[in-house]
Amino acid sequence: MTTYYNEEFETLPRAALEALQLKRLKSAVERVYNNVPFYRSSYDSAGIRPDTITSLEDLQRLPFTTKQNMRDSYPYGLFAVQMEEIVRIHASSGTTGKPTVVGYTRKDISNWADLMARSLVTASVHKGDIIHNAYGYGLFTGGLGAHYGAEQLGASVIPISGGNTKRQIMIMEDFSSTVLTCTPSYSLFMAEEAKAEGVDFRNLKLRVGIFGAEPWSEAMRSEIEAKLNLTALDIYGLSEIMGPGVAQECFEGKCGLHIWEDHFIPEIINPETGERVAEGEKGELVITTITKQGIPLIRYRTRDITSITCEPCVCGRTHARIARMSGRSDDMMIIRGVNVFPSQIESILVRIEGVEPHYLLIVDRKENLDTLEVQVEVDERIFSDEIKVLQGLSRRIEKEIKEMLGVTCTVKLVEPKTIQRSEGKAKRVIDKRAL
Amino acid sequence: MMVEQISIFIENKSGRLAEVSKILGDAGVNIRALSLADTSDFGILRLIVNDREKAMAALKGKGFTVSKTVVVAVEVPDQPGGLASILQVLDSETINVEYMYAFVERCGSNAVIIFRFDETEKAIAVLAAKGFNMLEGERLYGI
Repeated sequence: MTTYYNEEFETLPRAALEALQLKRLKSAVERVYNNVPFYRSSYDSAGIRPDTITSLEDLQRLPFTTKQNMRDSYPYGLFAVQMEEIVRIHASSGTTGKPTVVGYTRKDISNWADLMARSLVTASVHKGDIIHNAYGYGLFTGGLGAHYGAEQLGASVIPISGGNTKRQIMIMEDFSSTVLTCTPSYSLFMAEEAKAEGVDFRNLKLRVGIFGAEPWSEAMRSEIEAKLNLTALDIYGLSEIMGPGVAQECFEGKCGLHIWEDHFIPEIINPETGERVAEGEKGELVITTITKQGIPLIRYRTRDITSITCEPCVCGRTHARIARMSGRSDDMMIIRGVNVFPSQIESILVRIEGVEPHYLLIVDRKENLDTLEVQVEVDERIFSDEIKVLQGLSRRIEKEIKEMLGVTCTVKLVEPKTIQRSEGKAKRVIDKRAL
Repeated sequence: MMVEQISIFIENKSGRLAEVSKILGDAGVNIRALSLADTSDFGILRLIVNDREKAMAALKGKGFTVSKTVVVAVEVPDQPGGLASILQVLDSETINVEYMYAFVERCGSNAVIIFRFDETEKAIAVLAAKGFNMLEGERLYGI
């Protein structure tokens, strides 16, 4: 017997759900056309008038919105309301120096809390649960997103954020946490720390974990469930669309994540051609927000690769399910839950040296934590005869990357020409993690 | 008074040093003095050679990163206290030594110490004033 957060919406028959989507889509397209110069000029140049959207199929006629569009309108260019109505601002990694900025109205925050609460219930969380929220609090949407959802549900949330793992283990034990929310790799790191502290997860009260913010495999799920003695479920979100709670894997089915179609219209496209692919086929996830007010986005290309199915789910929810993410259609990496673009590292290197060195990023996972090694070729422009100067350079690069991106890396200076050259697009990243 | 030293960037991988020495040998370059400074990841090989241009061309041709650095070669009697006498002078004038290395001359009873200073010209003036003998590059390259 499934427990729902709002049963009516979660089990809405497809026909009614799609009718609701169309109604909200029309209103969303009007909203952006009338309030966002970017969309107005984009639709005008394409000869599209909002009142010509009369079916869900018509969505395909609308142009995509990309990360580049968001970057070009930094910081508030895509907002559809006056700043006085924006009550929260979040940001996430941009492809270069500037982050991607999103704004929320009071209603947006309320919807987000509701959708996150719905996601928690979908994961079997209920009032009375004690939620150990180790997602990062701050500009990142993870911490506050999960937090507001937990409070909305009425569960008891411990806003512990990330870091200080030994203390976290102590609190999980002493405060009798029943639910864990954090990145999957951090959960394994916690497991190792607990073991070192002599704490057995079988003696803790944890029942379920909701893990996201980075891709993870079925193999990793088995490992997490074995080591942490809980049911591990996937959650999906991205700040451009909302934050965590865009889609949630159900406790009953544990087979794909329900994307909340009363607020988001998902499409799967071929990233090269932009055409929709058949149901069940892999492609890039595109999302249209149909209820957001602050920064509504039409056909936003997420760059995440997945597939979708409308097959009925054992839990009874009628919202389509997306498969666990299997990669990116761009070169973005997620390192310890942080989005990192190679081009960001590149601009830091250029800024420090004044020249662009050949570099290579090696991402690996050691003892359950992601590691980033930045190899930099030492050519005549960078070389110094003094060890301290070269080491100073390494330290400075590490410090800048830490400060600008929030990611800890080690710099390795290498001889020239050791980093492979290629015709066309340079291969900047070697990801050794088998996710 | 200024001597040109060649510095080579070497990754801490096996065979790199051997590779460098082979390249120089094949190019007919003779190494007069050398020093290797290392960290866990890389090393800097510093050489005084008989033909700097030939050495640099040969190494660059094989993809090595090479640069020239100005150092000072000071001659001292090959006896206990030789090195101390120089360092005391430098210390009293607060001249900073970045690094140094030494070798003995084949003919004569002197040792030569190669210094890399923060302030090369000031160091030369101070040492000259105290009567130390500094070797010209040409003398050193052919030593």
